[in-house]
Amino acid sequence: MFVYAIVSLGAIGLFFGLVLAFASQVFYVEKDPKIEAISEFLPAANCGACGYPGCGAFAEAVVKGEAGISDCAPGGNDVASKIADVLGVSAAESTEEYVAEVACMGGREYCDEQFVYHGINDCRAAMMYANGFKACDHGCLGLGTCVEVCNFGAITMGDNGIPIMDPDKCTGCNRCKNICPKNVIRMINKKTKHHVRCNSKDKGKVVKRACKIGCIGCGVCAKNCPEEAITVEENLAYIDSHTCTNCGKCIEKCPRDCITDTLDFKTKALS
Amino acid sequence: MGDLLPIFFGVIFVNNLVLIQFLGICPFMGVSKKVDTSIGMGMAVTFVMTLAAVITWMIHNWILVPFGIEYLQTVSFILVIASLVQFVEMAVEKISPSLYQSLGVFLPLITTNCAIMGLALLNITNEYSLLESAVHGVGGAIGFTIALLLIAGIREQLELAKMNDLVKGISVAFIVAGVISVAFLGFEGVV
Ligand code: SF4
Ligand code: SF4
Repeated sequence: MFVYAIVSLGAIGLFFGLVLAFASQVFYVEKDPKIEAISEFLPAANCGACGYPGCGAFAEAVVKGEAGISDCAPGGNDVASKIADVLGVSAAESTEEYVAEVACMGGREYCDEQFVYHGINDCRAAMMYANGFKACDHGCLGLGTCVEVCNFGAITMGDNGIPIMDPDKCTGCNRCKNICPKNVIRMINKKTKHHVRCNSKDKGKVVKRACKIGCIGCGVCAKNCPEEAITVEENLAYIDSHTCTNCGKCIEKCPRDCITDTLDFKTKALS
Repeated sequence: MGDLLPIFFGVIFVNNLVLIQFLGICPFMGVSKKVDTSIGMGMAVTFVMTLAAVITWMIHNWILVPFGIEYLQTVSFILVIASLVQFVEMAVEKISPSLYQSLGVFLPLITTNCAIMGLALLNITNEYSLLESAVHGVGGAIGFTIALLLIAGIREQLELAKMNDLVKGISVAFIVAGVISVAFLGFEGVV
């Protein structure tokens, strides 16, 4: 009895195995050997941070030139330089590291609440009531959905209701950025210290009414930047991380204190 | 011949695997966004289901029953279906890479498609002959494809319709599936 079971099941398995082996010869699809080579040293986390369904799909996209060599966030520089080796391009352009930053400083002390929220403790839930309870339509809600989603413990919630990012722990995996319903988290160049910590595209008047520290789009920083690294678009200033030299002139001149010079959460207004 | 037609049309309309017996719902919901891909999925399922019906019948009646080891039914059927799906996957990747892309994860998932396993087991419980099993398999696959095409056609139109965000997308697809299913109840007793 027992022997029959083993033998017959084994025979069936062997038969189908042979058929499949034969079929794989007939239906063999040529694949770029570079794809295999790159797949080898990808982290195989299949986290999806690169925007592709998995590490395999990413490897394919890189070889086709659709994805950047440094797009694998968990892999970091190591993987980027290895991919660069395989593809024969310079690794230098891929050594930029990006970390997450909350582009909002409108904590409880600066930004009013338009109503008292008693719902689920989750920013996405809060968004469903009139875009959240903050007086500023673009500001961080501070219920900590990003804190929850970070796998690396890089985010903690500050006392004022604005998350604090730890740039050393952040791997730039984009998870917090993708989940934030206010789109207030940005990926920033780790080397550049100067950032505009505001997300409000509203007109200056509106910003002034809602928040004591938001960017009003006056453009003073842009005028005073010796490197012309700052542009003001839709009432919000942006600093180009590639041209900025971290000289610090914009911070001195900004009338609203919304530019910081550290990746940590400190400004002269706060200290 | 007398028995074959009722089996064939019965499994397409009266006992439709997806709409009446609720087997294989995941590809039904997953690959029914576009008519094109659902045709591809339908063809892949047709191939696997027909062959699976025949081969599982042979294995059951020619190997398992003579040796008295029917308890190996599930394991050996899984073996058959998994191999067939592997085979289809290779073939589709070779023949139509674009279809392979759009079917995505649902192609290997045919392995765990309960419609196929369910059909193979139904063949055994209903004590069908080899020919009847084959007809049952083809019919089941056609019924599956029809269900897929029906909902894909409707969902393509629904994409364009204005509706509340709450029901848009997969929610309305489920509602539509329910309505089609109720409509198919009307075939009851025909065969
Ligand atoms: S000076 Fe300050 S407030 Fe004015 S645009 Fe620049 S960052 Fe915004
Ligand atoms: S640090 Fe200097 S270069 Fe950089 S944005 Fe500020 S003013 Fe411009």
